[in-house]
Amino acid sequence: MTNEFVLEAITREFPDSVISHSEPYDFLTLEIKKEDIKKVIHYLRDSSLEIQFLTDICGIHYPENPEKEIGVIYHLHNLMTNFRIRLKVFMPKENAEVDSMTDLYAGANWMERETFEFYGVKFKGHPDLRVILNMEDIDYHPMLKEYRLEDGTRTDKDDKMFGR
Amino acid sequence: MKDNALSNILSQNDSKENIDGQLYTLNLGPTHPATHGIFQNVLTMDGERILHSEQTIGYIHRAFEKISERRNFAQITTLTDRMNYCSAPINNIGWHMTVEKLIGCEVPKRVDYMRIIMMEMARIADHMVCNGVIAMDAGAITGLTYLFQEREKIYEMYEQICGARMTTNMGRIGGFERDFSPKFHEMLQTWLKKFPKIWGEFCALNERNRIFMDRTIKAGPISAERALSYGFTGPNLRAAGVDYDVRVASPYSSYEDFDFIIPVGTAGDTYDRFMVRQQEVWESLKIIEQAYKNLPEGPFHADVPEFYLPEKADVYNKMEALIYHFKIVMGETEVPKGEVYHAVEGGNGELGFYLVSDGGRSPYRLHFRRPCFIYYQAYPEMIKGGMISDAIVTMCSMNVIAGELDA
Repeated sequence: MTNEFVLEAITREFPDSVISHSEPYDFLTLEIKKEDIKKVIHYLRDSSLEIQFLTDICGIHYPENPEKEIGVIYHLHNLMTNFRIRLKVFMPKENAEVDSMTDLYAGANWMERETFEFYGVKFKGHPDLRVILNMEDIDYHPMLKEYRLEDGTRTDKDDKMFGR
Repeated sequence: MKDNALSNILSQNDSKENIDGQLYTLNLGPTHPATHGIFQNVLTMDGERILHSEQTIGYIHRAFEKISERRNFAQITTLTDRMNYCSAPINNIGWHMTVEKLIGCEVPKRVDYMRIIMMEMARIADHMVCNGVIAMDAGAITGLTYLFQEREKIYEMYEQICGARMTTNMGRIGGFERDFSPKFHEMLQTWLKKFPKIWGEFCALNERNRIFMDRTIKAGPISAERALSYGFTGPNLRAAGVDYDVRVASPYSSYEDFDFIIPVGTAGDTYDRFMVRQQEVWESLKIIEQAYKNLPEGPFHADVPEFYLPEKADVYNKMEALIYHFKIVMGETEVPKGEVYHAVEGGNGELGFYLVSDGGRSPYRLHFRRPCFIYYQAYPEMIKGGMISDAIVTMCSMNVIAGELDA
C-alpha cells in the first residue's frame, strides 16, 4: 500500500471531503472537512484498505488562524501492511465540536476526553465527556496557546537575550 | 460518578436492603501498594465480585506536553525520562530519534547498536519489575526481591555510562554523550554470562507453579478484537494473540539486522501477559548478545554540531565549537518546520512521539502517545465480574506505570 494508492482511494470515495493533502516525512497527511471525518474514518476501517487501528487522537491550537484555530489530529494504522495515515480536522474556537469516534473505537474514549480537557473540543456522541487529568472543576483548557507557562507580565526578567 | 449505570447501582446501595449486605463501594487506591503509582478505582462490589469500576487518574499529572512547548529539544529528554521510569533509556532514545528524523540526521551504525543494547537492557529491567511484581501480587515475594538484585546490576551499568540510575539521560541528539567505558564492557560481559541462569530460575519458580497458574489463568482476560479496538500494543496485545511489534513492523535503529522472534499468547489473560514478558526477556538477551558481538567500530555520535555539545577542550580553543556550545546551551538552535511521528517499542508497547515544529527553538506541539494511557481505560472491562484479587494481578500484568499514564 502506497501513499498515492490510499490518497486516490480516499479522494475517489470522498471527493468533496478532502481539503488538502501532504506527505511530511513520507507520512500521508490529509485535512478533512470536519463534518465528514467520521465517515472517512469509518470507511478506512471497514473498506479493503483495512486501516483499522486507531493509534492516537490529539489536539492542536493555531491562534493566529481564526477559521482553523483548533485542530484535532488522528493517527491511524494498518497493522498488516504497516501503513500509517494522519487525518486532521480544523474548526474555529467558538463551539469547537466534532463527531466522537467512541462507537468505532473503544480507545477513542479517553483520547477524546484528554483532547476536550486540553483544547475544549466537544465530541458529539461521547458517552462521558469530562476532564481526565486535571481537577474536575477546571474551567479553562490549559493547552491553548493563550496560557503561557510563565507569567507573561513579569518585569523582573529580560528574555530578549534568550531569543524568546 | 456521572455514569448512569453506576449512579443506579450506588443509589441502590443506599437503600435499606443493601445496607443488610448486597452491594457496596470500595476505593482501591489512590495510594494502595497494588496501584503502582497514584490512581484510584472506585469499585462497586457484590460480595467479592466486581460489578463496576470507575477510574480516576491525574494525581501526578505534570503537564509534560505543555512544558515541552517552552523547552528546547535537548531539555525535553529529561521529561521523557520521567514517563515510564522503569525503562527510561527507551523513552530517551525514542525522543532523540524523533528529533533526528525531523532534522534529517543519520547516526553511525555504532550508535544504532549501542542504542539497541541500552534499549533491550531497559526492556529487560522493565519486564523484570513487572513480572516480579505479578508474582508478588499473587502472594510470592521471593521472585521480586531476587530480580531486584539483577535490576540493580543493570542500573549499575547505566551508572557506568552516564552517572545516573533511574532518570538516565545518557543519550544525546545524534548519539551518546560518551562511549562505553572499559568497566562497562567488563560488567556487561559478566552480566550476560550470569543473568540467563538467574532468569531461568525465576521462570522455573512461576511458569508451572500450580498456585501461580490458578491465580493468573483466566484472570483479567481481553480478546484480540477488543484489545485492538482499545488500541493495545506491546506485550498486552501480543498476549491476546496479535504479533505486532514496532521493532519488526517498522524497524528503527537497525533492528532489522537482528534475529529474534515475537512471542505471542492466545488467551490475553494475566498468565499470557506474564509469559509473553518472560519470553521477551530471552529474546532481548539474544538481541543484546548479537549487538554486542557485532558492535561496529567508529564514532559514538553523529556529526551534528548544531545539536551535539562539543568537547570541552574544543570549546576553549576553537571559535566554532564555542559558538555551537553557546547556541546549544542557550537553546538558540532552530529546527526545520514540519511534523513528524516516530514510534518505538517501549517496555509497555508503542510509545509514539508526535512533534510539530514551526521552525522555532521549541516544539510547537508535542504529543506523547503513551501506551499506559491506552491500557488503563480497558481496565474496568477486564476486571468486571472477577474478584478483587484478580483485579490486583490484572492491573499489575498490564504494567501500568503512573508516570506514563499521567504525563
